[in-house]
Parts: sequence; C-alpha cells; structure tokens
Amino acid sequence: MAEHIISLKGVTKEFDTKNGKVVALKDINLDIEKGDSYGIIGLSGAGKSTLVRTINLLEEPTEGRVIFDGNVLTGLKSKQLNLHRRKISMIFQQFNLLMQRDAIGNICFPMEIAGVPKAQAVEKATELLKVVDLEDRAHSFPSQLSGGQKQRVAIARALASDPEVILCDEATSALDPKTTRSILKLLRQINEERGITLVVITHEMEVIKQLCNKVAVIENGEIVERGDVQEIFAKPKTKAARRLFFPDGKNREKPSGKTSTKNRLRLVFDEANAYKPIIASMILETGAPVNFFYADLDVLGDKQKGQMVICLSDDKELAEKQKEYLRKEGVEFTEIEEEIEEVTE
Amino acid sequence: MGAQELISLLAEETVKTLYMTVVATVIAYLVGLPIGVSLIVTSPNGIKPMPVYYNIMGIIVNVIRSVPFLILMIALLPYIRIVIGTSIGPNAITAALVVAAAPFVARLVESSLMEVDPGVIEAAQAMGASTFQIIWKVLLLEGRPSLLNGAAVATINILGYSAMAGTVGGGGLGDIAIRYGLYRFQPTIMWITIAVLVVLVQILQEVGIRIVAKSDNRIN
Repeated sequence: MAEHIISLKGVTKEFDTKNGKVVALKDINLDIEKGDSYGIIGLSGAGKSTLVRTINLLEEPTEGRVIFDGNVLTGLKSKQLNLHRRKISMIFQQFNLLMQRDAIGNICFPMEIAGVPKAQAVEKATELLKVVDLEDRAHSFPSQLSGGQKQRVAIARALASDPEVILCDEATSALDPKTTRSILKLLRQINEERGITLVVITHEMEVIKQLCNKVAVIENGEIVERGDVQEIFAKPKTKAARRLFFPDGKNREKPSGKTSTKNRLRLVFDEANAYKPIIASMILETGAPVNFFYADLDVLGDKQKGQMVICLSDDKELAEKQKEYLRKEGVEFTEIEEEIEEVTE
Repeated sequence: MGAQELISLLAEETVKTLYMTVVATVIAYLVGLPIGVSLIVTSPNGIKPMPVYYNIMGIIVNVIRSVPFLILMIALLPYIRIVIGTSIGPNAITAALVVAAAPFVARLVESSLMEVDPGVIEAAQAMGASTFQIIWKVLLLEGRPSLLNGAAVATINILGYSAMAGTVGGGGLGDIAIRYGLYRFQPTIMWITIAVLVVLVQILQEVGIRIVAKSDNRIN
C-alpha cells in the first residue's frame, strides 16, 4: 500500500454566522498518497477552499482529524503545528507576496522563519529563481511583476522550505489562459521531478485535466465522487461530476428545434481508438445516421482523450445496434438524456 | 521689543517646541505602537484573538482620547508634579503630551496595520510563522509606509498640542503667542508665531511625504 501523506478523517467544519450555523464540510474522509497530484474540484461555495485550509489548519475543523505524514495535526500546540506547516507549502489565487520585499526577499521569507542563515537562504533563493525562470527579476518588487511572474515567485517561495506537499488554492484562477498553461506546466514538472505531492483546488476542469492524476468532486461540503482522473473522465457516476466533465456549453447538450432529445450519448475515446473512424464505420455498418452535438479533444495529463456528444437513431432496434457496435469497438459511453434539465441553466 | 530680541526669543522657544514635540512623539510611539499592534493581534479577526484584553484596552484608549487635551493636561499636572517633580516647563508638558498622544498613536497604528493584506498574513501562517514573526516581519514591514504616514500626522498633532500647553506655562511657541499676542496685545508677534508654526508643520509634512514615498516599494 502506498504511503498516505495526508489523511482527513471525518473532518467537519461549521461556521457560526448571523443566520445560524453553516456546515461547510460534512464528514470528509480523504487520503492523498505521496507523489499524487490530487485535484479537488467543485463549484464556488462547494467548500473546496475550506477543505484545503483544514489540511494546514488555517481552518480548524470542528470535528475530525487531520493527519500529515503520520502526525496528527489537529489539537497540536502552535509551536509543533508550525514545525509541520513548514513542510506544507501553499500558493494562492492572489499570490500573497510581501509587497515591500523583492523577489529574492520573498523567497527567503520561509527560510528566515525557519532560521536558515541569511547567506545560505539567498543562495538557495537564487537557485530557485532559476527553477521558475526568473533569474533576471531577483530584485524586482511584486508591483513590478506580472501576474504569472508573481505566481512563479510564489512557487519558488513554496519550494524554499523543501516541502512534502504544496497546496494550490485556485493558483491559476487570476491568470490568463496562456500564463495558466505555463504555470500548470511548471507545477507538473515540480510534481514529477521532485516528487512533491500537490493538492490542487480549482473550479476549472482544464486545471484538473492538465495537472492531476486523481480528483475528488466536492458538492455542498461533501465529496460525491473520487478516483483516477482518467476513470472519472470516461465514466462519471454522479451528476456533479458529469456537470463538470461534460462539455460546458449550455446548449450543446440540449438540441434545439425538433431534433430528438432521446438517445443521446457521450462518447469518450482514448488513444487506442482515437485514430479509427469509428462513427463513420458505425453508420456504414448499421445503416442508420447519427446527429453530432459536440466534439472535442482533451489532454489528460500526458494522454489524449476525445469526447463527443451524438444522438442515435430514433428507431430503438437501430439504436441498440449502434450501441452494440460502440461496445464492440471499446468506446466508453454514457447516456445523458436525463441530464438536460441539470445541464441547461 | 527689538528685532534682535524677538529673533532670539523665537529661536529659543522654537527649540523648546521642537524638543517637546520630538521627545513626546518618540515616547508616545514607544507606548502607542505596542498597544496598536496588540489591538490588531488580539482583535476578533486577529492572529491571536483575546476578547477580554482587546475590549479593556479599547475602552482605556477611548476614554483618554475623549478628554480634550487642554483639560486632560490640567487634570494631569498635579500627578506629573509628583512623578517628575515639576508641573511647569517643557518636561512636565512632554509628560502630559505622552499621555494624551499615546492612545491616539495606538489608534493610528491600528488603522495602518488594518490595511495589511490578510492574504499575506495567511501565507505567513501557512509557512509556520510564529505570532511574533508575523508581527515583526509581516505586519510592521508591510504596514511601514502607512505607519510612517501616521507618524507624520501624529508629530504634527503633537506639535499643535504642545503649542496649547503654552496656556499653562509650558513654554514654547504657544507660550509666546499667549504672552505677547493675548496678554500684551501685540498682534504682530502673534502672527509671527503663527507663521513659524505654519512653516514647522509644512516642513514636517513635506519630510513625512518624502520618507513615505521612499520607503514604499509598491510605487516605483
């Protein structure tokens, strides 16, 4: 059994508000293995930010235990907790850099806290600036850096304490798509080359697809589905997961006009069958046409996955034949007719 | 009074005023800065909430601040005599200035530190920084420009208070204004004194703005 670097056991978090108690997290059980890049995805307000904050006890759970690298963090005195926190770095949507310190100064900050001698800290910070490709901005202040550069400094800062884990709280949500890709690439590299476990909080499917090997879907403070990204992408079991993984266009799933709304399928292709003309062959073999609603090619980690929404023949017998053909070809599919109301907002 | 005499009188009393202002400001900060920091740290949303301390300290600060300076000074002078041996002259007034200004400084510091981005404090907590490290390396450092701005405001305020102290024999420029301007009705001297005060405030403000601009790394 692989080692769990982070375990949440029955974690519940309640907030007292003016309108009474709000339960942000309900009995969360989650195990994250060393080296994972674990995505936690949900819509805003689902509780994902609270969840990640319980891992380093920025939010103290009302109930339950947080275990990091074999140590129970909940209930620790702040001195002990602070020692463990040095091994759990965090990067934020708003970067949270010290505005009065330059890039080097920011990267040195966690080492200063840990009592690393200054010369040694500066040397390491300079090295880390190279890792994040910002050697020439060592003495720039955050106000002189772009969003992507600020996040790179924040990543270098996160690496400075040689952490076991980096918690990424919507780390790319304030960045443009191009910068997002480069930051995700950097994080992926850190995960793969240094073996640092990532916990990635996001509301964007793209982030999960590009960065994570595992994912948990959180809704109303509960984890409703979890597993390998590949698996959940191919066969999402819950509505919440389908809503996130299925094509995001509001009307793509709801055919307009008089087109049949029955018999709609979401197909997922992997590399084994992505290059075969499966749909064309299916039409030729069954002699019945299909309607296309949506098609896209996704990259999950380093694997390519295609997805497509089609509408089968109205004739039940023919539709059955078509499905039979898809099964034979090994194409994963889910019927989505019941999803129309949920998906259309 | 001849011009020579007037100039030497003004020079002497300006020095006294500056002495009272500078010494009182420094001591007021030695007392008020820790109080202001403690109010931020112990507030309900602070890094170490302590409601009892926070509320009691808040009330003490407010009580002292609600007494007008002139009245506070008159009320305090008998006690100042017990402590420092005299109730007149710059030293006695400086003591009164400290008592009046420290709570004001505490509130200035509190509002400066409130501007520090809570996200940065959270980042420091996540790194495992102790409360003391957060105060020293995050709050005071990130709040520095605003703190210096507050210090300029506080100094100018204390300068104004010290002039008021002239009415109770405190010495300084306020003393000249009252003795010559009011009791002897020499409006020229009164206006000259006012002009000197205006110049002092201008200089302090200008120096303050420059120091703030130079210390703030967010601007350039």
